[in-house]
This record gives sequence, C-alpha cells and structure tokens, in this order.
Amino acid sequence: MIAWRSTWSIYTRELSRFLRTAFQSVLAPVLTTALYFIVFGAAIGGRMPDLGGVQYGAFIIPGLLMLTLLGETTSNSSFGIYMPRFTGTIYELLSAPIGVAETLIGFVGAAMTKSLILAAIILVTARLFVDYSIAHPFLAVIYIMLVAAAFSLFGFILGIWADNFEKLGIIPLLFLTPLTFLGGTFYSIDMLPEPWDTIALFNPIVYLVSGLRWTFYGSSDVNIWVSFGITLAFLAVCVGVIAFIFKTGWRLRA
Amino acid sequence: MTDPILAISGLTKVYSSGLKALDSVDLTIRPGEIFALLGPNGAGKTTLIGAVCGLVRPSGGTITAFGHDLARDWRKARARIGLVPQELATDMFEPVERAVAHSRGLFGLAPDPERIEEILRSLSLWDKRGERIMALSGGMKRRVLIAKALAHEPDLLFLDEPTAGVDVELRKGMWAIIDQMRARGVTIILTTHYIEEAEEMADRVGIIRKGKIIMVDDKDAMMARLGRTEAHITLARPLSELPPVLAAYPVELEEGGTSLCYRGGDGTGKGKAEVAAITKALIGAGIDYTGIDVRESSLEDIFVSLLGEDA
Repeated sequence: MIAWRSTWSIYTRELSRFLRTAFQSVLAPVLTTALYFIVFGAAIGGRMPDLGGVQYGAFIIPGLLMLTLLGETTSNSSFGIYMPRFTGTIYELLSAPIGVAETLIGFVGAAMTKSLILAAIILVTARLFVDYSIAHPFLAVIYIMLVAAAFSLFGFILGIWADNFEKLGIIPLLFLTPLTFLGGTFYSIDMLPEPWDTIALFNPIVYLVSGLRWTFYGSSDVNIWVSFGITLAFLAVCVGVIAFIFKTGWRLRA
Repeated sequence: MTDPILAISGLTKVYSSGLKALDSVDLTIRPGEIFALLGPNGAGKTTLIGAVCGLVRPSGGTITAFGHDLARDWRKARARIGLVPQELATDMFEPVERAVAHSRGLFGLAPDPERIEEILRSLSLWDKRGERIMALSGGMKRRVLIAKALAHEPDLLFLDEPTAGVDVELRKGMWAIIDQMRARGVTIILTTHYIEEAEEMADRVGIIRKGKIIMVDDKDAMMARLGRTEAHITLARPLSELPPVLAAYPVELEEGGTSLCYRGGDGTGKGKAEVAAITKALIGAGIDYTGIDVRESSLEDIFVSLLGEDA
C-alpha cells in the first residue's frame, strides 16, 4: 500500500525547491528557446524550405521542446536525489516508513510537473516567434508526460549513481545534449546522406523527437508507435533498475 | 517484566571493505528508559543505530522493534522510530517550521500545526520558525534536527552524539530537552563521547568495543559493581606501621608514612562510610590528621578501565 501523505510530502518539497529557484529554472529555458528561434527560426529558417509541408521555424519546435525537456527533466530529477545524498539529509528518507513507490512518485512526479510547466512555457515562448498548431494535442501531452517520466527515472538513477558533481553533469553534457542535437532536432533524418541516415536510427533520441513531431504535425521520420514503444521500453528499463537499486540498497544504504 | 521495545539479536555488519563493524551484537532496550551506548571512535555505535533505522543493511542477525521484525514489517516499526543524526544534515534553505512539518508528512502523518508549534516551543525554536535553517546557530540547528525527529511523535528516539561540538551551556540545555522527552515517555538511545552525559542522563549503559557489546548494565549497578572510593588522609605525624584499629579496612601507608590511602567501596556509598569510620578510628586511637581528600570514581574511570588503551 502506498503511503500517499509521505508521497505528497516529498512531492511538495521538491516543487518548493523548484519554486525557490524559479527565476533561474524558468528564465534559462525561455531565454535559450528564444535564442534558438531567433537564430534557427528567423535568421536561418527564413532561407530554409518547408520540411514535410511544415515551415522550418515550426518544424524545430518539437525538437527544441525535447531538447529542453530531456535536459531539465534529467537534471531536476538527478539533483533531487543527489543533493540529499551529498548533504546527508537522505537519512530522513531512508529512515522513514516509505518504499520505492512513495519515493519514485514523489521525486519523479515533481520532476515531471516541473518539466510540464517548462514545456508549456516553451510552447508559449515559441508562439511569440512562430505560428504553429498541434495536430494531436492530447497525444502530445501524453507523449510529453511519458518522456518526462522516463527521463525523470533516468535522472533519478543518475543521481544515485553519481558520487560527485562531475559525474552528475557528465551524462547530460556528453551524451544527452549531443544525441538530442543529432537526433533530428533541427532537421529530418531523411535529409541525411547514406550511411548517416541509417546510423541516425541507432540514436534513441531520434525516436523521441520524431514521436513528438508526429503529435504536432501528423508526420515524422519514424512510425509513431515505434516511438511510443521505445519510450515505454526505456521507461520500463529505468523502473527495473530503480527497483533493483532499492532492493539492494546500492549507493543508498551502507 | 515488560516486553522490550527493541530487541537485537546476533546483529552483524561487515562492510564491503571487509571491516566488521558489528560482531554478533545482542541488545534489548526497555520501554521508557534512557540507554547510553558508549564506545571509542569506530566502535560501531553509529553502524548499530544505522542498522535499526534503515541506513545500514545488516549482514546478519535480527532486529525486532515494537514486536515487528525490521526485515519484514519495517514500515510499522520505522513509523515509531525517530533519529537525530550526528551530522547537522538539514536542508539549509528551508524555513524551520516547514522543515519540521515536512518530516511529519514524510512519516505519513496528517499536518498538525498545533503539534508542530508545541514541539518548536518546547525546543525554544518557535521564534525562529520562519527563519531559514542556514541562518541558525549550531546549537539551534541541532535542536531543529531534534524537532524533525519528534515531528512524527516517535516512541523510540535515537540521538547520535546529540551534544557533539556543543558548548557546556548548550549541552546542559540539551540534557534538559532529553529529560522532557523522557517525561513524555519516549524511549531514548543515545551515543555520546561525553561520559558525564551518560552519567547524568542514562538509566542503563552499554559499552561497545570493536563491534562487540562488552557490557550492558544499569548505570547505578555498574557504578556499584565497578565504582571505587579513593581517600588520602594526611597524618599530622608519620607512622611506621598501620595501627591495629585499621586492620579491617583496605588502607595502606604512603609517602613515608605521612599519608594513609584508602581504596575500596563499591559505588553505593560504602566507600564514604568506611572513610568516615576510619577517621573515627584514628581519633579513637589518638592519631591526628591534617587533611582528607576523598574521590569517587566516575563512569569515565570505569569506562577507561574497561576499554584500556582503546578509550
């Protein structure tokens, strides 16, 4: 049975941490997104042809959304669990009568909420630069939530694995961001010559960007259900790893 | 005899480095008592607390709290256990009242502002309720940790070095707080480096060395069994031999016959009574003296004698 009050306590505390740094948490992605739209949307995008019948400025919105979503969700969640480990306050969590469910729902739920708030802010910001519409808004919200959940879990694992700040930052910086850039954020993989278009299919982020782009414009590089399937599989793997971590106490209990 | 609130049997912890921090520890804690766990650095005190509170995975043995096996019914048991850690580990950016309320919620209890106010007032933190923890003094921060541990109204509270690094005045204030908790019926297990703290507060004392509990006893019984009285009586004129009236007492002549030294008693007052009897006997025998220096051995003396070089 899940102790919902405990879960709520973790959730609200994590959100209050987010609100404490709201200026930085909100302003940074808004500014970054605005810069992307100015450079890629207005300056370069104006000279680019439409892609799949979508204006280039609008085409990059799902990719930019995914870029911010993956980065922020992973870092929010990893910091959420790493900081208590770093400061020692994790003792309270470990000594409380709560298990993996309460911990995950609390931390991951809060990270997801933050990400959804950021996604909404980015979409509003994008609207200031580009005219766009969302073909499948319901599926878009579901897909964003799914990706946010999966990468919150991933960040949680990262926060438990890392034993210093360098490790905490290295995965998002060296893997997540480059893979997202190469994952079709600013282009369709159809535009890549052989063998790069085939190699690109080994990049998991391609499926995420493509999936979100489909919910926006109804067309994408990869079948939407493949994207959903890969996202769900990633989420399941993360849940499995976290269940193992809690069962063995790896890096949590001495 | 009432059921123990905590029963530890054969508890062993071997860290991945191979260090055996706990070696088949057996310990029972009675409801309502203050139990002081004493031992040198690295003896296993914090590991023992960690094993009960869920911070350390035991390698073997069983822990039963409130009749619940901690390996299976850990939720029920942990809900009634509080922990004040040795380190000042708190979210420094959080205001005091919110931090304490969070701890209550974390343990699954409904918000209760009145109860939080009562706890904060009892710890003289009410005036600081809106302040960020980082702005408080070290003593205040430690009180916040106690408040957080009390927020879910535990029946069993672990205080790991509650007065470490705290000045004498604050330490005495902390003792008063522990007294208040005892009055509320909270069972307390404390570890401390300050033996006088255990002497002042504890009902029972356990001594741990190299992961093994080497002695557990009522403090008074331990003092009675191992305590000693030492008295030095400075004589007005030196004696060449002990007078026959003192033959029944454990005394000897020292410093060239100018001083009589008594070493005896059992920590229950017998020593003082014998010293008084000796002085009367000396007067009766016409032997004058110019000074008496009497010293009772403390728990610290007993601790040092038991642990030898490790202490």
